[in-house]
Amino acid sequence: MTASERIAGTVANYVDERTGAAKWMKKNLTKVFPDHWSFLLGEIALYSFVILLLSGTFLTFWFDPSQREVIYDGSYAPLKGLEMSAAYASTLDISFEIRGGLLMRQIHHWAALIFMAAIVVHLMRVYFTGAFRKPREFNWIIGVGLLTLGIVEGFLGYSLPDDLLSGTGIRIAEAIIQALPVVGSYLAFFTFGGAFPGEAFIPRIYTVHVLLLPGAFLALITVHLMLVWYQKHTQYPGPGRTEKNVVGYPLFPVYMAKAGGFFFIVFGVTAFLGAVASINPIWLYGPYTPGQISAGSQPDWYMGWLDGLVRMAPPLETYLFGRTISWNILIPGLIVPGILFTGMALYPFIESWMTGDKREHHLLDRPRNAPNRTALGVMSLTFMLVALINGGNDIIAITFDLSINQIMWFSRIGIFVLPPLAFVITKRLCLSLQRADRDLVLHGRETGRLVMMPHGEFVEVHEPISPEKAWLLTQHEQNPPLALEEIDLRGVRRPGVLKNKLRARLSKAHAVAIPKVTAEDLKAIENH
Amino acid sequence: MSNEIEAIKDPGLPAHVHRRADTDPKAALKAERQVAILFLLSALGTLTLIGSYFFIPQDAFIFFPVLGNTNAHQLFLGLGMAASLFFIGMGAIHWAKTLMPDEEVIIQRHEFRSEDEDRADLIATAKAGAAAAGLGRRSLIKRSLALSLGLVGLSPLILLRDLGPLPGDELKKTSWKAGTRLVTDPGDRPIRADDLEVGAVAQTLPQIGEGVHRKLSDIGKDAVLLIRLRPEEFNLDAERLSWTHEGIIAFSKICSHMGCAVALYEQQTKHLLCPCHQSTFDVTRAAKVIFGPSARPLPQLAITVDSEGYLIAKQPFSEPVGPSFWERSS
Amino acid sequence: MKRLSQFRRHRIVAPLLLVLALLSIGTTFSIAGAATGEPITAAERSALIDEGQRIFLKGCSSCHGINLEGSAIAPALIGVGAASVDFQVGTGRMPVADMSVQIARKDPVYNEKQVEALAVYVASLALGPEIPGEEHLNYERDGSTAEGGELFRTNCAMCHNFAGQGGALTQGKYAPTVMGVKARHIYEVMVTGPQSMPVFSDKTITPEEKLSIIKWIKAAEAEPQLGGASLGRVGPVTEGLLVWTLGLGLLVGVAVWLAMKAR
Repeated sequence: MTASERIAGTVANYVDERTGAAKWMKKNLTKVFPDHWSFLLGEIALYSFVILLLSGTFLTFWFDPSQREVIYDGSYAPLKGLEMSAAYASTLDISFEIRGGLLMRQIHHWAALIFMAAIVVHLMRVYFTGAFRKPREFNWIIGVGLLTLGIVEGFLGYSLPDDLLSGTGIRIAEAIIQALPVVGSYLAFFTFGGAFPGEAFIPRIYTVHVLLLPGAFLALITVHLMLVWYQKHTQYPGPGRTEKNVVGYPLFPVYMAKAGGFFFIVFGVTAFLGAVASINPIWLYGPYTPGQISAGSQPDWYMGWLDGLVRMAPPLETYLFGRTISWNILIPGLIVPGILFTGMALYPFIESWMTGDKREHHLLDRPRNAPNRTALGVMSLTFMLVALINGGNDIIAITFDLSINQIMWFSRIGIFVLPPLAFVITKRLCLSLQRADRDLVLHGRETGRLVMMPHGEFVEVHEPISPEKAWLLTQHEQNPPLALEEIDLRGVRRPGVLKNKLRARLSKAHAVAIPKVTAEDLKAIENH
Repeated sequence: MSNEIEAIKDPGLPAHVHRRADTDPKAALKAERQVAILFLLSALGTLTLIGSYFFIPQDAFIFFPVLGNTNAHQLFLGLGMAASLFFIGMGAIHWAKTLMPDEEVIIQRHEFRSEDEDRADLIATAKAGAAAAGLGRRSLIKRSLALSLGLVGLSPLILLRDLGPLPGDELKKTSWKAGTRLVTDPGDRPIRADDLEVGAVAQTLPQIGEGVHRKLSDIGKDAVLLIRLRPEEFNLDAERLSWTHEGIIAFSKICSHMGCAVALYEQQTKHLLCPCHQSTFDVTRAAKVIFGPSARPLPQLAITVDSEGYLIAKQPFSEPVGPSFWERSS
Repeated sequence: MKRLSQFRRHRIVAPLLLVLALLSIGTTFSIAGAATGEPITAAERSALIDEGQRIFLKGCSSCHGINLEGSAIAPALIGVGAASVDFQVGTGRMPVADMSVQIARKDPVYNEKQVEALAVYVASLALGPEIPGEEHLNYERDGSTAEGGELFRTNCAMCHNFAGQGGALTQGKYAPTVMGVKARHIYEVMVTGPQSMPVFSDKTITPEEKLSIIKWIKAAEAEPQLGGASLGRVGPVTEGLLVWTLGLGLLVGVAVWLAMKAR
């Protein structure tokens, strides 16, 4: 036993005698994680969050969250002598007086954009592979919560420097609050400590941005990860992989090295972006005043779809009994996002209701084998994309020599037409892919080699695929739609006929599939 | 359930394929060196960071294609940091991939559902506990507890009341009064009607006393855009026409949709465009909305000139400016 | 000035103004002098006017009319002033190459001298905003960058963007970038308000303030990249684009490599 082993042993003994950690560690160090690049998307989000905590802490050392007016006297000449808030001035100081301050600001902002992008692609992976199914519905809901919190947290961070762009963003947020029926103007005055912009908002959102929401994030992320840990990771289907096992690499040392290494990669890439690409150049925006505005005032991308929806909203307001309801703000700003996010959060339950499937699922679906779900996902993404495009319509117009009016009309019509179209196309595409899978299993791989038959006909030689591949293409379940009789066994009409009819229809739509190849099919071919 | 028909058989986990480094000591040595080189690159990155921090002045610039003339301090600080982190990650992953065991491991999943026995035990325990506490019987305690818990929830709401004042009529009024002069923003100079040519615009605010500090919350309601057209270009009713002065028309610059500054004036079309959500207003028709999400015209400020020829407000705004709110009557 | 600008587009006044202007040729020396910065003689001046008229008749009159009276497709030029001509022709906007929603900046067709002749000719027929002389364009000396920035953000940024990169207007029109525009042309543009742009009067934005704006624009133009590639200085749209392409691209690339089995 070497000296270092002796010391390690002593320490381990000390800790274990007090915590009993050895048993737990023993069990968990050998925990197995399946390896797939798409399982790392959530990790990108997690690591970005850590980067945000680190870089954010750095920024708090100098940031002064105050709307007190000061005269700028820093080294950035084009703003020298101007009146501005202490928040804006201290952000300028972080950028130009503190060495590495601008780098940290840029890392913080890039990390925020990566955080949100990673959450979205992670969500897409989980959705399209059906990883949200039992027993992981709670984690899906936590994930939707994290996405929502991320949007809010990001927006608050974007608002803190009190530059012209962020002030414009706050102005719009204030208008949304103010538009709430009955309580709107009261809530707005409470939030801003009086009339907009007041002097209270930035100090308040600072506390929310650096304390309240990060705390909520930490709690939710902890539960999110603990559930992943406890429930064990899902895995893609393949030979030897079943609903009952996990095939992968042990936590220690392989997964630890890979995951740990990946943290440094994410940090490195974020730092690289912070080094080479300017983000949120607040010194160019100037300090906020409500009388100024810049062309192309946009939010960060994760709010862009919301801005796009607001832009395309119809000019509708209702005036009743001396009261105003601003549908042009409420519909795109609250109602539609509310429906979208609630629907997203409830989707696992909706799907299980449609299919009647109450079993656990640890093997992931190939997206093509769940055409209805995949099509619904692409449909939602199409909706978001149209909204996002409209959110940048002015930049698109000037870049590609188009008209904002044309893009707006395209979006207004497209938001209704394109998502259903995307649904139909995706569903058909999925079924075509299923058909292709079936052909592949039945007839093998096309080799591209042509052979002339004795009677002069040319045929392409097909090579049978490996048993592993054949298994991968046929392992999925194909369940029949729910049989929901209107009349029960005793001949009495069931209650809730309409609901059942809807459920039966949805279930039928969900079960549409190209029959997969069975062993009998293969035998039939061999005998042929 | 669905597998009544015989499915194709699972061939089982494919046989493990050894890596070169597993079988060839030379390959292993090579991989080890590669890992070491990656870690050394990271060290080099940190040195770059330290060097840039202390030795590159903050106002040094360097030209890079694509980036342009870039601040060298910030760039090398960042690149050093990026390299120091990135290569640690590369090294660790390369190490894990090439040298650590890559034999697939299979573990079994456990069922999450508790055993029936455990469930029954839990229910019994819960019932016993509830009975011992008298939850079922002592309804007085239950109800008073519910009441107190409900009320406790109110206290944070009450305590937050002082977050801000009540809106009162703050949203409905601005600083404009009959006779208030319009002054330039920035500059605070009063404006004569003659100062504006046809086709000219001016950003204005109400005049305030010398040395009085203008609050942002006032600018947020008071900002006014002056535009001069030829009088015959107007298409206004008599009242609105009387609010103009020799072709000069004044509108609140705060968008009636969400409060952005609407000031994109197109001289040829006489349209005002809001850059935030692209509501478009026709100046000749009292800022009628002709495109975009805004539901109301921009409020028009009635103007005239005073005895010295300076532009003044004839009367306060006749309606609240800015975005809509519940208490707004139209 | 105000009366003039109100009436200058009336058809009836056009011939009247023409006569008036021709009579006042001798009194408007300063217009021509301003363009070059040095006084010229009456003879040089009338030669310039002749030259300008020749160019005008050949290159401009088919749309703007022989007497500057305009036509269905082009505005009258009576009273637009030398500044307007210098800007429109000097930045290549005129003569128009294609009649789209907006006339774009391009390489000028005429050289400096020809532009000057045209400007003097048009201005000789009716008064209008003059070309600012070089001595009036010393923005380095007379302007203030910070004040210019504030003015720019209040008066210009809503169309031309916070960094002067340009922005979209309605129906496919746009506010062009103000980067790489000569100080003289920037000045002229504020005084004359070409195309969609409104006029910014000398009383509401004084000549000194205009110089401050120019100084700020020039500072923005010369500003190096303080935080790396500028991404076009158009705000969060390009930042979002970069994060979804380069940022996520790099990270997913590494993730794929990480999960790939080593050989």
